[in-house]
Amino acid sequence: METVLTTHFANERYRRLETYRQYGGYEALKKAFAMDPGQIIDEVKKANLRGRGGAGFPAGVKWGFLPKDLSRPRALVVNADEGEPGTFKDRLIMTRGPHLLIEGIVISSFALRAYACWIYIRGEFVREARIMDEAIAEAYAAGLLGKNILGSGFDLDVTVHRGAGAYICGEETSLINSLEGKRGWPRLKPPFPASVGAFGLPTIVNNVETIADIPWIVTHGGETFAALGVEKNGGTRLIGVSGAVNRPGVYELSAGVNLKEIIYHHAGGIKDGKALKAVIPGGSSTPVLRPDEINVAYDIESMGKIGTMAGSGGVIVIPEGTCMVRALSVLMNFYAHESCGQCTPCREGTGWLKRIVGRIEAGKGRKGDVELILDLCDNMMGRTICPLSEAAVMPAQSFIWKFREEFDRHIGEQKCPYGNRF
Amino acid sequence: MPTLTINGMAVDVPQGTSILNAAKDVGVEIPHYCYHPKLSVAGNCRMCLVEVEKFPKLQTACSTVVNDGMVVRTDTEKVRKAVTGVLELMLIHHPIDCPICDQAGECGLQNYYMKFGLHKSRYDLEEKVHKKKVQDIGGQIVLDAERCILCSRCVRFLDEVTGTRELHFFHRGDHSEISIFPGRPLDNNYTGNLADICPVGALTSKDFRFKCRVWFLKAFDSICTGCSKGCNVDAHHKGDILYRLKPRWNDAVNQAWMCDSGRLTYKAMNEARLLTPFVREEGARKVAAWGSLLPDVAFRLKAAADKGGPDRVAVIASPQSSNEELYLLRRLATELLGTRNLAFTHRVAGDGFADDFLIQADKNPNSRGARLLGIPDGAVFDVLVSKIAAGGIDALLVFGNVLGPLSEEETAALLAKVPFVAQVGTNEGPVSKAATAVLPSASVAERGGTFTSHAGRVQRFRFGFPARGKAKNPVEILVALGNRLGAGWTFAGEASVFHAMAESEAPFAGMSYDSLGMFGQEIKG
Repeated sequence: METVLTTHFANERYRRLETYRQYGGYEALKKAFAMDPGQIIDEVKKANLRGRGGAGFPAGVKWGFLPKDLSRPRALVVNADEGEPGTFKDRLIMTRGPHLLIEGIVISSFALRAYACWIYIRGEFVREARIMDEAIAEAYAAGLLGKNILGSGFDLDVTVHRGAGAYICGEETSLINSLEGKRGWPRLKPPFPASVGAFGLPTIVNNVETIADIPWIVTHGGETFAALGVEKNGGTRLIGVSGAVNRPGVYELSAGVNLKEIIYHHAGGIKDGKALKAVIPGGSSTPVLRPDEINVAYDIESMGKIGTMAGSGGVIVIPEGTCMVRALSVLMNFYAHESCGQCTPCREGTGWLKRIVGRIEAGKGRKGDVELILDLCDNMMGRTICPLSEAAVMPAQSFIWKFREEFDRHIGEQKCPYGNRF
Repeated sequence: MPTLTINGMAVDVPQGTSILNAAKDVGVEIPHYCYHPKLSVAGNCRMCLVEVEKFPKLQTACSTVVNDGMVVRTDTEKVRKAVTGVLELMLIHHPIDCPICDQAGECGLQNYYMKFGLHKSRYDLEEKVHKKKVQDIGGQIVLDAERCILCSRCVRFLDEVTGTRELHFFHRGDHSEISIFPGRPLDNNYTGNLADICPVGALTSKDFRFKCRVWFLKAFDSICTGCSKGCNVDAHHKGDILYRLKPRWNDAVNQAWMCDSGRLTYKAMNEARLLTPFVREEGARKVAAWGSLLPDVAFRLKAAADKGGPDRVAVIASPQSSNEELYLLRRLATELLGTRNLAFTHRVAGDGFADDFLIQADKNPNSRGARLLGIPDGAVFDVLVSKIAAGGIDALLVFGNVLGPLSEEETAALLAKVPFVAQVGTNEGPVSKAATAVLPSASVAERGGTFTSHAGRVQRFRFGFPARGKAKNPVEILVALGNRLGAGWTFAGEASVFHAMAESEAPFAGMSYDSLGMFGQEIKG
């Protein structure tokens, strides 16, 4: 099938500007400069491009939130703080096709009339940051960034900013705080970044993959992109499959591909011929699915209908023989560690969840612990400034709803039936 | 003016009002910790969640601005469960050290637990996260990180009010705590406010720690005497002992704040007080009785004026006195003794530090009032001091405990030039050590009256409790002296003196205790 991003990723040299240009790189930019910024935004709207960071917000609509007046300079921030467990697609774009991202940035900035762009890159992505820096240097040297890009009269500066290792900085307002040198924790909204964002500028924050899709959309037109996907989900998606599959990795597939097909066809089925036990479909925060639920299209609406999310495209495959309590315990440790500590329900709730799930797994669960978790989840869901609390609650609830008997067995037998030790 | 309904009650509020404040208008209390009317909105404690029609999620009342036609409910089961849930989460790691916590009795956690919680703990004691207790973080403040609910009021206060930014959040999740950077303690003159705004016992006052349980304290409205700003304060006392001053809100003066040195001015009202009238005979103190001392002082002043002429008598007023007292004293000096030797000084020993917020260089509460009542200072005071030093005065009436910036030795040397010195003062000091007759005065807490602030705001301070020992209200002392000198005054208490003053003194024209109200009134012109 047609691919948007990964077409030339097999070529190691695709990350160099020269090779990128040989494959037609930066032609989309030339086309964009001949267009009216409003036309570009229209194409993005027609493309049905949904934000690839996890929430799936329509990119064209988000772009429309910028204030109409141009009196204040605007900024574009690229969210490269890819930290959702199970998600590893943006790093592929940055290591294999950094110029895709840069070209996308220049076109998007031109469309948004942004004069400055920051790429906020996850702190642990040392290599990715270096590759981006090299690619940006190449682009500056070739007049693709900086003043008067390709003689268009359009100026743009791009800066790579490395994070310091906090998951919460993937949330756009935390990211902006961190970028500004402040403690990385979410801001109370409103105001939204589109009106008061980075350094007070009207700001659009987009995921790496979202921005990298833009050159293709400009080249081929929004409708062509939309046709690659399904109804409300245009284009392709980078889907990272990890866990017990024969061919883990990132696959570029239609936004409407079937989840079962992803696992059994593209990723080669379950490792060691085991049976499938569960799938976390869109990054660790998304509600878990049982094997009988995975025959579903991977688009945002279809996934929503069965009570889960395509999220950031990270499919985690869990085979038979895995202790679901243990798996949840690992996730709860993660969210308790990453809660920024600002809102009471999340700060205290994630830690409490971690402790209850941990003690159940350790064979010290008490009667009523499962009900306590569910009640605690009620008190955390939708009660906080940002969705981190929900990100912890969704797996906790869904693991219990779908694998209740394992929790009860742990408590009843006062040990982990799978023999796990902490 | 948007109109909204809260629990079925319609309310009109100005554009931009939050649900929390709109609810206050109709008497609906929405519980909150992080919201403080004088600080920016943080919205992170999540206690003020309310149900708003058309919003799927509960909204924070502190940060949600009302719209016309909004329908808000705070009394639904969903809201109750949410509030109780947040409170439960806030309490899981909170230590149960209420019995030794200074905040007990005025603690946000205790109060809301009684109102919204009353739940049995579902949390295991062994799983509590422990944080550092009893940290001296500088200024007047002790930090107990374990008691902290991380509402961020203190952080915002230091960011937005003092601009000094000493406190920050450290760590994440349930290990989050507020603290200072190593070696960078609180460094501003307003640290005491942190204990006031802390809704729990995390930031407590070093000065007040373990001194008294708050439910034993009674409060009365007063004015800080630490400088000429006239910060409104609540004075807290048990019996005749003052325990602390807290800022009383007055947007025209100190908003919700006061400075650290002002906060400690109450100590002088407890310690080293002059409690018995006495006279000094051949260097030794001899206890005297008011009944004989007052006529005696009046007689000595009159006798000196009669003998050497009124120019041989002098009166030194104090900018620590009330308007009422200064008014009577001026009349006593000019009308009854007929002397022109009347002056005061606002100068005190020390640096006269001032800032652009509350702290004024003039460390007296009523210099402005003294000047408005026609009592001069500056050069006139210096001339009077030279006159005394040159032996030109035979009898001197001094108000106050110190003579401006003069040291104890200088004061003693100066007053030794005057055969008769009568002092009306509150505390032991250079003057009481040299005066011939000492008439102990009630402190600010023990009498009522008004001060005129540097900005010309006339504000009342209230009677808190009867004077300690045998100290007397200076108004009473002045009326007694005045009548011995033939005044025929019939004043009964400060209010009647203020009334007379308002009638004859232009700056105070038209004022009364009623018109001053809670927040005072600007002088005319």
